[in-house]
Amino acid sequence: MFGLSIIALSALFASSEEGGSGSLLSVNYGLAFWTVLTFLLLLLILKKFAWKPILSALDEREQKIKDSLLMAEKANEEARQMIEENKKQLLLAEDEAKKIVEQSRIYADKLKTQLLEESKAQSQKLIENASQEIERKKLEAFDELKNQVADLSLSIAEKILKQNVDKNANAEMIKKYIDDIQKN
Amino acid sequence: MSEQQTTAIVDTLKQDSTSHGGSSSDWIMHHIMDSDKLDFAPFGSIPLPQIHLFGLDLSITKHVLFLWISAALLVFLMIRVSKSYKKSLVPKGVGTLFEILIEFVRDEIAKPTIGKGYEKFLPYLLTAFFFILLSNFLGLIPYSATVTSNITVTSVLAIFSFFMIQLAGISKNGLFGYFKGLIPHGVPVFLLPIMLVVELLGLFTKPFALAIRLFANMTAGHIVIYALISLIFVLHSYLVAPVSIGMALFIYLLEILVALLQAFIFTMLSSLFIGMAYHQDH
Repeated sequence: MFGLSIIALSALFASSEEGGSGSLLSVNYGLAFWTVLTFLLLLLILKKFAWKPILSALDEREQKIKDSLLMAEKANEEARQMIEENKKQLLLAEDEAKKIVEQSRIYADKLKTQLLEESKAQSQKLIENASQEIERKKLEAFDELKNQVADLSLSIAEKILKQNVDKNANAEMIKKYIDDIQKN
Repeated sequence: MSEQQTTAIVDTLKQDSTSHGGSSSDWIMHHIMDSDKLDFAPFGSIPLPQIHLFGLDLSITKHVLFLWISAALLVFLMIRVSKSYKKSLVPKGVGTLFEILIEFVRDEIAKPTIGKGYEKFLPYLLTAFFFILLSNFLGLIPYSATVTSNITVTSVLAIFSFFMIQLAGISKNGLFGYFKGLIPHGVPVFLLPIMLVVELLGLFTKPFALAIRLFANMTAGHIVIYALISLIFVLHSYLVAPVSIGMALFIYLLEILVALLQAFIFTMLSSLFIGMAYHQDH
């Protein structure tokens, strides 16, 4: 295909040069002038009205996209940080709660044992007091009893001495007095 | 298609043209080359104004007209695109297509080849790219003309590139610094005169190659299409028609690719040369 085109081209050059009406390779200065003028004008017009606004718009858009991407990334990062912080705080709070519960448990335990001990001590003291009182009361009663027995024996002795009877009467009398005492 | 066959075809083409008063290849040339009238064969033609000023033929020829059409179309389209950005930064409709191309020129052509300071050359590169692209595509429409298949037009474009390259080099490195920087470092003294000549020649061969490349690529495709079509008449057989039309269609589709490719290559190489002149130390 390319061989064909090259041969055809050379043949055409040859034939047109023979014809003499301007070859494919001859430069036309009028056309050159128009081309220069057209291209220069095109360049100036497009530069002013097309390329500048288009390129600046493209740049602006690229900048915008870059900025938004950057911003989105930043926001994402921030959100992630916040979530992490929240998590950390939640963990901290949980820990704190656990600690508080533990502490209160310990406190309650301590309080319980303390209260128990205190009440035990108090009851012990109460019991002690009561037993002391009982002891004291007992001693008192014993004292009184002793006094009464002494009084009684004195009064018995007095009566015995006063009556002065026979042995039988005496024995009977003593028995009677002792019964009295027992009754008392 | 073998080479022998093609030479045979071209021979018959030549013979035909000489025997019938130059009808066949002249017919092809007529369609490729500039003319002073718009040809709407077989419906007749419209003559274009002839202007002769200061000993110059400033006639509005077919190629001048199509130059203007493609320039006007470009201005119209691009202003529409730029206006659409005023409403919203999000492109819509035709703006989406052109935005892809503009960003392609900016990010794939100018940025990697020129590097820092590429913004200054973007307007020229964009204008050249879109002008060549639009002209190439305009040439694919029947009854229209391909201005980029005219050596004069491509030469002018290449000369613009040449000036842009020199301007880039001189504006960055200074007049003296630029020409000094043309010669690579560490060249032996006795080679300096040769290097100077070679490098100075290089300055001119670059845009020359640009002009010839664009011209040849845009011309060759059209000539092949016309040659394939003319086979029907040269061989005097309707049986050839499906084959030659099928192949012409194939070349036409190839031309769409070439139209894009050549606009890209011209811009790419211009940008590359500008970058080389701008950052001489690399």
